[in-house]
Amino acid sequence: TDIMFYRLLSIARRRRTSPGWQNWSSARNNTSTAEAQSITLPAQAQVVICGGGIMGTSVAYHLSKMGWTDIVLLEQGRLAAGSTRFCAGILSTARQLTIEQKMADYSNRLYHQLEQETGIQTGYIRTGSIFLAQTQDRLISLKRINSSLNVTGIPSEIISPKKVAELYPLLNVHDLVGAMHVPEDAVVSSADVALALASAASQNGVQIYDRTTILHIMVKKGQVTGVETDKGQIECQYFVNCAGQWAYELGLSNEEPVSIPLHACEHFYLLTRPLETPLQSNTPTIVDADGRIYIRNWQGGILSGGFEKNPKPIFTEGKNQLEIQNLQEDWDHFEPLLSSLLRRMPELETLEIMKLVNCPETFTPDMRCIMGESPVVQGYFVLAGMNSAGLSFGGGAGKYLAEWMVHGYPSENVWDLDLKRFGALQSSRTFLRHRVMEVMPLIYDLKVPRWDFQTGRQLRTSPLYDRLDAQGARWMEKHGFERPKYFVPPDKDLLALEQSKTFYKPDWFDIVEAEVKCCKEAVCVIDMSSFTKFEITSTGDQALEILQYLFSNDLDVPVGHIVHTGMLNEGGGYENDCSIARLSKRSFFMISPTDQQVHCWAWLKKHMPKDNNLLLEDVTWKYTALNLIGPRAVDVLSELSYAPMTPDHFPTLFCKEMSVGYANGIRVMSMTHTGEPGFMLYIPIEYALHVYNEVMNVGQKYGIRNAGYYALRSLRIEKFFAFWGQDLNTLTTPLECGRESWVKLEKGMDFIGREALLQQKQDGVYKRFTMFILDDHDTDLDLWPWWGEPIFRNGQYVGKTTSSAYSYTLERHVCLGFVHNFSEDSGEEEVVTTDFINRGEYEIDIAGHRFQAKAKLYPVTSLFAHKRRKDDVELSDLHGK
Amino acid sequence: MPAPTQLFFPLIRNCELSRIYGTACYCHHKHLCCSSPYISQSRLRYTPHPAYATFCRPKENWWQYTQGRRYASTPQKFYLTPPQVNSILKANEYSFKVPEFDGKNVSSILGFDSNQLPANAPIEDRRSAATCLQTRGMLLGVFDGHAGCACSQAVSERLFYYIAVSLLPHETLLEIENAVESGRALLPILQWHKHPNDYFSKEASKLYFNSLRTYWQELIDLNTGESTDIDVKEALINAFKRLDNDISLEAQVGDPNSFLNYLVLRVAFSGATACVAHVDGVDLHVANTGDSRAMLGVQEEDGSWSAVTLSNDHNAQNERELERLKLEHPKNEAKSVVKQDRLLGLLMPFRAFGDVKFKWSIDLQKRVIESGPDQLNDNEYTKFIPPNYHTPPYLTAEPEVTYHRLRPQDKFLVLATDGLWETMHRQDVVRIVGEYLTGMHHQQPIAVGGYKVTLGQMHGLLTERRAKMSSVFEDQNAATHLIRHAVGNNEFGTVDHERLSKMLSLPEELARMYRDDITIIVVQFNSHVVGAYQNQE
Repeated sequence: TDIMFYRLLSIARRRRTSPGWQNWSSARNNTSTAEAQSITLPAQAQVVICGGGIMGTSVAYHLSKMGWTDIVLLEQGRLAAGSTRFCAGILSTARQLTIEQKMADYSNRLYHQLEQETGIQTGYIRTGSIFLAQTQDRLISLKRINSSLNVTGIPSEIISPKKVAELYPLLNVHDLVGAMHVPEDAVVSSADVALALASAASQNGVQIYDRTTILHIMVKKGQVTGVETDKGQIECQYFVNCAGQWAYELGLSNEEPVSIPLHACEHFYLLTRPLETPLQSNTPTIVDADGRIYIRNWQGGILSGGFEKNPKPIFTEGKNQLEIQNLQEDWDHFEPLLSSLLRRMPELETLEIMKLVNCPETFTPDMRCIMGESPVVQGYFVLAGMNSAGLSFGGGAGKYLAEWMVHGYPSENVWDLDLKRFGALQSSRTFLRHRVMEVMPLIYDLKVPRWDFQTGRQLRTSPLYDRLDAQGARWMEKHGFERPKYFVPPDKDLLALEQSKTFYKPDWFDIVEAEVKCCKEAVCVIDMSSFTKFEITSTGDQALEILQYLFSNDLDVPVGHIVHTGMLNEGGGYENDCSIARLSKRSFFMISPTDQQVHCWAWLKKHMPKDNNLLLEDVTWKYTALNLIGPRAVDVLSELSYAPMTPDHFPTLFCKEMSVGYANGIRVMSMTHTGEPGFMLYIPIEYALHVYNEVMNVGQKYGIRNAGYYALRSLRIEKFFAFWGQDLNTLTTPLECGRESWVKLEKGMDFIGREALLQQKQDGVYKRFTMFILDDHDTDLDLWPWWGEPIFRNGQYVGKTTSSAYSYTLERHVCLGFVHNFSEDSGEEEVVTTDFINRGEYEIDIAGHRFQAKAKLYPVTSLFAHKRRKDDVELSDLHGK
Repeated sequence: MPAPTQLFFPLIRNCELSRIYGTACYCHHKHLCCSSPYISQSRLRYTPHPAYATFCRPKENWWQYTQGRRYASTPQKFYLTPPQVNSILKANEYSFKVPEFDGKNVSSILGFDSNQLPANAPIEDRRSAATCLQTRGMLLGVFDGHAGCACSQAVSERLFYYIAVSLLPHETLLEIENAVESGRALLPILQWHKHPNDYFSKEASKLYFNSLRTYWQELIDLNTGESTDIDVKEALINAFKRLDNDISLEAQVGDPNSFLNYLVLRVAFSGATACVAHVDGVDLHVANTGDSRAMLGVQEEDGSWSAVTLSNDHNAQNERELERLKLEHPKNEAKSVVKQDRLLGLLMPFRAFGDVKFKWSIDLQKRVIESGPDQLNDNEYTKFIPPNYHTPPYLTAEPEVTYHRLRPQDKFLVLATDGLWETMHRQDVVRIVGEYLTGMHHQQPIAVGGYKVTLGQMHGLLTERRAKMSSVFEDQNAATHLIRHAVGNNEFGTVDHERLSKMLSLPEELARMYRDDITIIVVQFNSHVVGAYQNQE
């Protein structure tokens, strides 16, 4: 193997030492193909990795470091010859998500020492990078990232335009309002990084073969058994798809297709000859997002590219090429970026052009990379779709994926990047083509709170969609499903609402206030059909038995009762948080968050015994769900059903099939996901319109109105309700969010995660879910919290917020988040006690400005008092809402 | 009077004038000549026939009328703004994109753009496009009417049904006939792709249907039951001939409804040329009757464009047509059958639908006119018998059908009435459409190559190109783009806004002096699919 690898390496070295960029592609013919073909592949291996770019080599490197060495890495062309070779070589840690910052930070530290570790030059130079802001909004966005970077341990600071000019005299700074300086960012040759990683992996025993194409993956009983290549078969337990822009095609080539939604777009950057006074090799990298460009020093000249507004998607039909050939340079397409560059650096006018490089980059439907195990094929792992940050994420992403494979889960919460957040519904080529055309410009667009994608919409809709739309619904999308955000009253100015992109108080504030008020005082109806709905039934007690093992709360409740429960992993963390209704002795109805459809299904399938008498069915599409929230919901329902709905007859967390209007068989549940009184109606879809119309007709006299998810969100956050995917994840346990009463620890029953929870109960928790009420925050004038804001206790960083909303009842902003206890000396995490929470002064950092906050471990009790005092009644209460 | 000064006339939309000019008089400068001595004839590429000209002169002398206007108002330059120009050019534009399934278009056609710009009021050109539902393939056609729009309208709404029926297998015909007989729902035959202005005449719909039904009943009777492959060429020829025959018969038989009776007569006494393309996979058939033209845009390996003509004009410039006419009539008519490049000295196209004046015997013409409605009897034009009219018919609607097997380099097909071809060379037409469809890429991609280019120089070059390109992409429709060039091109071959503005602001009654009705369909082919067909073999 070593000989083989060094042969590959020497070819690569030869290429690297050749004088210029343009000669790279011609150097490849030196290898003898005959030699390559005579090589026989091993018959079996534990892991086969597809793709010799930075992702594949990083996974191989980290797996081999963790002791897995029976690994074969296959590359269809040559090592590091795809996107990796053409990558602009900028390592930037300033990312939107904390997990992305951590990955980039790890990559930075890894690449920094890689030359020392492997002896292979990587061209790593710590240049730092400067992010320019042309507008105040951009500066706010940078300040938010800056706050986040600082608490993650990455040095960065907000600097003035004057300071920018000092750091980089060639820049025109007259149109800037500020900038962010990240001094430890670097530039590096990504191809050499990949070769170094490959070299280290190879020394650990990983076998690397180039010019070997994987035809398809062999699967038996939902488990990877091997790969079929153009040079023969390899049996394996694990397969890792790091095929970059070809990952989608490779995923589909299986008999049981693995949907990996990503799509390539052409990406252009410019190379110039050196400046008259060649740029220093440590000249900082510039990101001018408002100008849509980046600029780095390159061999004394510059390398500059960007993310244009009108991207050119490519390979929609899956045209495969052995290596990325030199695609056409398209100067006309590059013109806006060139203008932007010359505006930023006017002195470059006289600089001579060397080349315009066109190298496709891969984008995903939500601008987050894709990693993890396939929900349909066990042992099939994916790491791809880097949204042009492959170099920055390569090290960290490879590490997390290796941990995932070796330990069964990564050391950080990677749900935002998990392949299972997507399903087959995102795999249409048309969808991907349209969506990536929106995603690519978004990389440099201003990311304001609550933005929604505009493309690839109206895929999954409730049968009430048109009705609600006609009544002014504004929509957002989750997992392809359209959900109403709020309803614009007919007299509101619509144009202004479309432009509600702001970091401050949004213009729907009053609209949502009216909806919330109606939920509190009368009754609202929210279409919540997007929730994932499963039914588990069995002929005997199998369903109860397996559910008792998979879920942490006791499900052996009387028929008709609803149980809130977590679906935990071995570590006691939430894989899912759901409500389960016991429909009969042997059947259960399970309601989970919308984006759990793929993940939860895969988890249940993986853990449920193969038993023909045990049936799991996804009934999401069968029911329309209406949430009737508010004190008058009970009146509406009893009038429609001629059945008493008072708490005596219909206690909380109760489920009953009944008739509503003419429609029979409606599952009515006394819960609202908000802590407010009311009912969820699960309606077979053919009755949806009927029931909705009846509810609206009868509800009129009780002041009914439509409401959307923004109202729901405000209600649930002020009540301190945690939502999975936002607040809860695989690394948070019930004990950490005060839900011990929802866990059957004392009942002597075994369930997944029990050991970990018992241990945690004994040791104490290391983080605690806490509610913060902002004190000195002016809703009209101050920046609004979103999520991801750092929390400070007595001036020390203790965690980040996970969600926030304005509470119309408390008339304050409420943030939810986890509080840690980092030791002042060692930085180690220590136990968080109630006392620790209560005895602290808290501040929330919003874009660099700290606001005082009160911490609470229990919801504000006054919110639960629904009774209206007699003397508060006014004439306006008689008005229809 | 020198013509160009007329260009400065204010835009007059005189209702009375257009009424007189448009309805009372069958004066159509296009194929049947009608000319007043005042008119500058430089733009009319034919010599007027004096006898004919006199009777079809407008009842009121509109020319003097407009001259009167001219003295009454000070001549002023009148320009349309670019948005006004655009709204005129785009008023009739239509685009159809073949729907994709899962991101893939499996048809050999990507879609088509079409547009028309009137010169006559009302416009006499018509266009049609439809997908055959019971057989594969798409039909596209342009129809150039003369002596009114009645015939071109009728052909535009009927011809494709005749073609589709001719292409249908025996079983399908039977199924349809049985459905009619038993009052069941009929199988749809055509999916029309129509601009809202492309109307169907509701009143005649039943009459047209009955004629069509008679046709398929005959087809059913003719068929012996054994399934034979239907030959597209034969089907096209049969359909053309049959429709023309039905038009002629309907006029002879008449209709008890007086409106319909007048309509069928107007259809028969006016005329229309037709140029129709049938595209099915890589098989492209063009059936042409008259002087509209089908032109294939071929992209050579070096990216340049060349034009391949897929139809022959049936007019005096076509030697073979002259030959045909001479052979079809006695030797002593050799000199009179084509005079001054016109059929019997009158008609420019040598083949056409309708125009029974060139088809029926004198007796028949007289009989029909006499028994016809008064409007017909009062009309000088219909009563006029062409000179030297000895051995009718002189005119046929039989098309000439050409076949072309599509290749990946065949990028598009332009179907257009002679209004386009008389203002633009075919090579220019193909180049302009080709460059429009491919954007700037194939025109002249910029490559730095080995040259020394600075960022500043490149930036200057690109800014210039962008300015040029933005004018190109004002149009979202290739046909509109072509019309913009046809009407607005200056001597350098680039669109001159001033010229465009002048040409479009011509008063209705003058427009015809400077241009003809223009109707264009640009069909874009799907090279991937065409290439895949090729690879299959």
